[in-house]
Amino acid sequence: MSTPATSKTTPPRPLSPFMIGPYYKPQMTSMLSITHRLTGLGLSFGALLLVTWLVCLASGVDCYNAILPHLTAWYGKAVLVAFTWALLYHFCNGIRHLFWDLGKGLDMPTAEKTGWGVVFGSLLFTAAVWALALFVK
Amino acid sequence: MAQFSLPKNSTIDKKAGKVFKSPGAKKPKSFKIYRYDPDTGANPRVDTYEIDMAACGPMVLDALIKIKNEVDPTLTFRRSCREGICGSCAMNIDGTNTLACIKGCDEVKGDVAIYPLPHMPVVKDLVPDMTHFYAQLASIEPWLKTDTPAPTRERLQSEDDRAKLDGLYECILCACCSTSCPSYWWNSDRYLGPAILLQAYRWLVDSRDEATGQRLDELEDPFKLYRCHTIMNCTKTCPKGLNPAKAIAETKKMLVARTV
Repeated sequence: MSTPATSKTTPPRPLSPFMIGPYYKPQMTSMLSITHRLTGLGLSFGALLLVTWLVCLASGVDCYNAILPHLTAWYGKAVLVAFTWALLYHFCNGIRHLFWDLGKGLDMPTAEKTGWGVVFGSLLFTAAVWALALFVK
Repeated sequence: MAQFSLPKNSTIDKKAGKVFKSPGAKKPKSFKIYRYDPDTGANPRVDTYEIDMAACGPMVLDALIKIKNEVDPTLTFRRSCREGICGSCAMNIDGTNTLACIKGCDEVKGDVAIYPLPHMPVVKDLVPDMTHFYAQLASIEPWLKTDTPAPTRERLQSEDDRAKLDGLYECILCACCSTSCPSYWWNSDRYLGPAILLQAYRWLVDSRDEATGQRLDELEDPFKLYRCHTIMNCTKTCPKGLNPAKAIAETKKMLVARTV
């Protein structure tokens, strides 16, 4: 019989360092992946915000007037811009995921190119949406 | 639940690290290497070794061997072929997983940080415990399975079918990809990880294998396969230039294709 690999005197083995940042370099692809998840999380809060707005709209003019100053204030606009970007980022990256599900665009150069496309595309679309909202009446 | 920090016995003792200087070195370069000694059981530390690159081979493995031979014989690591075909010297070098024998020291600017493969139990220094990884490989039964009687000569395969194995058969099971995958870090008890899934796909696409359906049944599970979220750390880090993410995507396609 062979002796067991660990005896009673051997302390439990430590876990090797893994955290992204100090020990594992953030990759462009992994950062976009975590952003996809975080924007997804943000969108669920955004949906609550949308529901709040709709409920106020349905509850009458007093309720709506109570919430409107917050939405049009600088902080309200900042949240809405962030919400718009999160939505568009999640949308664009979702399309990237659909291509991956078809087995396409999974080689590293293409995945990085489409990744930058998602980053700049989502920023561009966000700018376009807000340009429409602010300047086209 | 995902774990974002190291357990108590695994945190690095920043004060305990030793420094080995190389006075009079013509081309000094420092290597910061993770050390863990199971005999003392003390928390891991990072030792700094200054090496004269003018008197050292070009690869990180050359530097490790030089340190072990000339500076500190207690430094422990796995190595064998020194040419990127055995997969023994897989480790985390400068923040990404690769093979020490094919990673040039000059590819790293400044000090070279060397850690064991991430999120693995450490046996000693740069040697991780691979038991679980190998058990997962065994679980996908990585051999040719057939029901038809064996032919008198070899089982034939067309050139096109053989070409489907390119980019898969080259995998040396160094585990660089699996241990770069955040999903694998946090779900390796149930998720097979990119290396094993690439191996699974290698048998799924083999035209000679007759257990495709059974193999797909085995993978159809919320964890074994579907914990892959296409983070792509695997493909990015593979020292052999293979694409586990693609193999996983093709496996998912096979699972969908058989239901429609």
